[in-house]
Amino acid sequence: MSRQVFAYIIHKNGKPDDTALEFVTTARKLDPNAEVIGVVVGSGADLDAAAGEAAKSYTSVWKIDNAALAYPLADGVRKALVSVLPQNAVILIPHEHFGLDLAPGLAVKLDSPYLPDVVDFAGLNGDTLTAIRQEFSGMVSTHVACDIAAGAVITVRPGAFAPDESTAAAGTITDKSGDVGDVAVGRRYLETLVAEVGDVDITKSEILVSVGRGIEDQDNLEIVHDLAKAMGADVSCSRPIVDAKWLEKSRQVGTSGQTVSPKVYLACGISGSFQHMGGIKGAPFIVAINKNPKAPIFQVADVGIVADILEFLPELTEAIGEAK
Amino acid sequence: MEPVLISPAKASILGIPTVIFSVLIPIAGVALFAYIMAKRVAPLVFSNPDFRFDRIPERIKGVLKLWLAQWKQPRYMLAGVIHIMLFAGFIILSIRSSSLVIVGIHDGFVFPGLKGTLGHVYNFFKDYAATMVLIAALMAAYRRAIVKPKRYDVPKKYGKPHTGEALFVLAMISGLMITESLFEGTMAAAAVKKGFEAEFIAPLTLAWIFKVSMTVLPIGSLQATHVIAYYLHDIIFFSFLCFLPMGKHFHVITSLFNVYFMKLDKGTVKPVKWGVADDKLDELKSFGVKKFEDFTWKHMLDFYSCADCGRCSDHCPANAVGRPLSPRFISIKARDYAFSHYPLRGPLKASEPLIGGIFEEDEIWSCTTCGACEEECPLMIEYIDKMVDLRRGMVDDGNVPQSLQKPLSALEKRGNPWGKMEKKRAEWAFKDKAFQAACPVKLLENGGNAETLFFVDSISSYDDRIIQITQSAARLLNAAGVDFGVLGRLEKDAGHEARRFGEEMLFQSLKEENTEAILASGAQRIVTADPHAYNALKKDYKGLPPVYHISEFIAEAIRSGKIRLNGNGDTGKVYTYHDPCYLGRHNNLYDIPRDVLDAIPGIRRVEMEKSRDRSFCCGGGGLMLFYEPIEEQRMGQLRVEMAKTAGANIIVTACPFCMVNMEDAIKTSGLEGEMEAIDLVELIDRHRAV
Amino acid sequence: MEILVCVKRVPDTSENEIQVNGKGTDIERDDLVYSVNEWDNYAVEEAIQIRDRVGGTVTVVTVGDDESEEVLRREMAMGADNGILLSDPAFENADGRGIATILKTAVEKGRYDLILTGAQADDGAGQVGGMLAAMLDVPYASLVNVIEVLDDKKIKVGREIAGGNQEMNEMTLPCVLSIQTGINEPRYVGIRGIRKVASVEIPTMGARDLGLDPAAVAPKVKRLDYFVPDMGEGAEMLTGSTEEIIEKLMELLKAKGGIKS
Repeated sequence: MSRQVFAYIIHKNGKPDDTALEFVTTARKLDPNAEVIGVVVGSGADLDAAAGEAAKSYTSVWKIDNAALAYPLADGVRKALVSVLPQNAVILIPHEHFGLDLAPGLAVKLDSPYLPDVVDFAGLNGDTLTAIRQEFSGMVSTHVACDIAAGAVITVRPGAFAPDESTAAAGTITDKSGDVGDVAVGRRYLETLVAEVGDVDITKSEILVSVGRGIEDQDNLEIVHDLAKAMGADVSCSRPIVDAKWLEKSRQVGTSGQTVSPKVYLACGISGSFQHMGGIKGAPFIVAINKNPKAPIFQVADVGIVADILEFLPELTEAIGEAK
Repeated sequence: MEPVLISPAKASILGIPTVIFSVLIPIAGVALFAYIMAKRVAPLVFSNPDFRFDRIPERIKGVLKLWLAQWKQPRYMLAGVIHIMLFAGFIILSIRSSSLVIVGIHDGFVFPGLKGTLGHVYNFFKDYAATMVLIAALMAAYRRAIVKPKRYDVPKKYGKPHTGEALFVLAMISGLMITESLFEGTMAAAAVKKGFEAEFIAPLTLAWIFKVSMTVLPIGSLQATHVIAYYLHDIIFFSFLCFLPMGKHFHVITSLFNVYFMKLDKGTVKPVKWGVADDKLDELKSFGVKKFEDFTWKHMLDFYSCADCGRCSDHCPANAVGRPLSPRFISIKARDYAFSHYPLRGPLKASEPLIGGIFEEDEIWSCTTCGACEEECPLMIEYIDKMVDLRRGMVDDGNVPQSLQKPLSALEKRGNPWGKMEKKRAEWAFKDKAFQAACPVKLLENGGNAETLFFVDSISSYDDRIIQITQSAARLLNAAGVDFGVLGRLEKDAGHEARRFGEEMLFQSLKEENTEAILASGAQRIVTADPHAYNALKKDYKGLPPVYHISEFIAEAIRSGKIRLNGNGDTGKVYTYHDPCYLGRHNNLYDIPRDVLDAIPGIRRVEMEKSRDRSFCCGGGGLMLFYEPIEEQRMGQLRVEMAKTAGANIIVTACPFCMVNMEDAIKTSGLEGEMEAIDLVELIDRHRAV
Repeated sequence: MEILVCVKRVPDTSENEIQVNGKGTDIERDDLVYSVNEWDNYAVEEAIQIRDRVGGTVTVVTVGDDESEEVLRREMAMGADNGILLSDPAFENADGRGIATILKTAVEKGRYDLILTGAQADDGAGQVGGMLAAMLDVPYASLVNVIEVLDDKKIKVGREIAGGNQEMNEMTLPCVLSIQTGINEPRYVGIRGIRKVASVEIPTMGARDLGLDPAAVAPKVKRLDYFVPDMGEGAEMLTGSTEEIIEKLMELLKAKGGIKS
């Protein structure tokens, strides 16, 4: 009997997240011979819609419908999964805020090894799985290995695997709701406070001039605004700029900020951490300007310029102004 | 013989001899004054010690120069002259005022020694003095009421304007002069009318004017005016005396003491607590100033002595760029706190924390310790030590801005605020093989000695731009034939800003490590290109060999011919020298860098309006580079504008932090191409004839 | 409220250059300086603030060796009331699961209402808090950026989720929370503060004191090596004078629609 690899599907308003498509690739890379099952948890019409979408990519989908889980509360979802999943399940969960809530405890309750924030697999030898992770804020990578015979809980970095866009799976949806018992937990969801949109909604911007720590001082932001104005772009930034309170949170691009999908993205003085890059979707034309030639951003950008943004940006602004 | 006029000592009103008032008014006045003074002295009883009772000859010299000769007053010429007139007048009239009090009790009283010629000479001068004081008071009142110079303005957050208080005092002073002159003038006028020999009154003085104009009045009016003028003078005099400790004119009483007890060692920082040695600091329960009583008695005296003139804030660079700091109001707010918590009537009020009370955190962190305020203050009020003490208090409570916590932690762990590795501290000398070949530098981290230690300090070791200056410095030292070495990874940050930002124990730790390494190197002299390091090693550290700034070495090398300079064209270039705070104001090193610059053949150099001891701080160094102030613009931007106004297109700096701030300001002011910044060392290196 | 904060001694990435050692078995540790994990520091500050508001005590605990004590002392200098060191040769290679197991036994030796961890540490896993909660069978919330104490049995927490939004939850006590940076502004701790607590007693507990069988903390996930991945192609770097670069860049931007006229 082939291994069962479960892919936890995050969905909102009836639509699965991008990670759902990525996990098709992920599962295939983990074990090409495994039976891959998508798991959707929720309630009502939204859940049914999500399950239907998921079935386009997964040949098998397990649906867990429970009114108490209409809002996905990790502790409750965990109880549901523990009742439904086989003891030796290998389950993939996205390494983001929900996954961080769910996965560690799930690994304990399933008594399985836990591989967090995996960015790639390096081989499956019998039951020994080797994966690749990063440590020290992404400065170094490591190979980690564990025995998955008795199952494993694996969180996967969103965007680390390419999404499988094919929708020919025509999968079967199995309703597992009956297997779930009481999901009452000591945690109760109250509400979600939506961040103030601010004056500009960068998620809709086509051109972004994004600024990071390389700007050095709040007073220097002027040169960024000037450049954005000359380009007809909006200004966005990385997390440190928001932490320092130099720009509002609504301008932050990243996994804990906004997700943007511009046509052109100018990363000025941004090192290129994966948390920041994780907020950029689509495939924009990325220009990176940074005075450190070893900055990770030069790995992911299309065009790179080693320069001090404090000098370069005003010159670029001037040149654009003259050309107009 | 019939008296010309009945004196107050002999007069009576409604049958009551007025001499009773002559006695009662002074008694009441002095009693009230003593009471007020006792209340004012009260907080000093609870204060921290301050050792200022030594070095008497230096102190006396200070009093003679700064107090008696009013040395700093002419820095603001018009106001200074007016004040000198008032001050000189008061000094001269002090004898007259005292004798007047007694005259009302004992008619015809004259101080012993002033009976003869000396007395006449004195009377002659005192008349001019009184006139001069009145003129000065009227000029001052005009400035206060009509001209309203900006430095007297009170920003809304600090309360209402102080014009009322100023005009009230000027009115009292004028009143004193007028009543004194009336008292004298009426007597002289009466003498003239009665055909007696009058006391000679100096012509064109106020008293003379009264004498001449009042001869038309009947004797009765003269008599009444004479006595009334006397008692008015008496009342105004004692009211004035009692009013002095109530506001900014307290300085009239305290200035002599404040100047006598002044800080004699510029550029130093007071110990955490006088009398507690460095190795006993751990035993202190609390560091720094958190409440008013934590100040030393001298600092409290400073608050009392503030004359509210605003000269300090007028030159404060933080104030100029809109930071929430105005030194004048540090003093005024603290003074008002003392007045309200140690009231004249009623019980003492409980002590409140200063930070979050009369002072805001950012107000205290905004200070770059440039010393412009202390340089201006005619009363020698100190600010830097107070800022450091307040910061010590905040650090003790863990209340440090987030932006400063990382560099402080890096200083502790790595000996530099950027957290760079110790083993890379001397890479500037060894990484570039071409440089190493052309400019050998002795590395002392594994032993070895050199006659001179080149103390590089952190920014000059790790910052890519400043390393260029360090390399130029090394080249010049080699050209000058100096046997020098660097400590490499054994060198830690000098700790200059760590101390001035209130992290005393971190400073002590850095000082210990550096002192050990420096002494182990066996160096006989220390040279540095960083004025902050220069000041730290010279003033904060003990037991080190003599410390020099590199400009002193260069000057000597030029003088001896070891370094020869050529002027290579430089057409169109106009240079101006920016005095670094820690070379200029704090260490009086103004001329040597200028001499070095002027040794370049054909150099065109101009002075900025604010130069030498009035140099405008670039923005600050060390930890100040990491602090995120609330300000309208940067100090560097204002300074670059000043250079432009002076007609220069190149600013010569002599401090790595000035360089960072100037280049930054040139960029952000959009003056690239129009203005350039170069370090003195780089400039000399460039013009060196090899 | 009795609060326990789990802290870790890590190499600070801002004060170190993290490089793989020659053999690929570890990072180069020769010149590293260590400090308390930044997320844990935020957690301790939060615990101290809660204690100052509602009363109780703050205990900091770490699994480590003798050198880890310095981190406990620093947090006590900050304001934590007690410190506990969990140290034993058997703990040396424990993985996250192992750490959580060790912490669980220490938690059971005391009586805590609230247990805090940092959201992640140097290995970026963010697992210990969640595992500890599951082992103790108490509620868990990660990435917490605000805590409000409702009464001695319930708290309200906010979590940082995507898009800058905040998910509000109510949790019953006892519970475990992992704390996100930015929840507060940690106070400064200087050399003086640390010297003041230099002689305070910090009890140490080993496997036997905790009643732990060393086999229970044997790692299930093994780290095989450290490496730096091949750079790959990366960006096309523009070179030349600034004018040339700007010219080329503007061409590209115009072509890609990056300049709106």
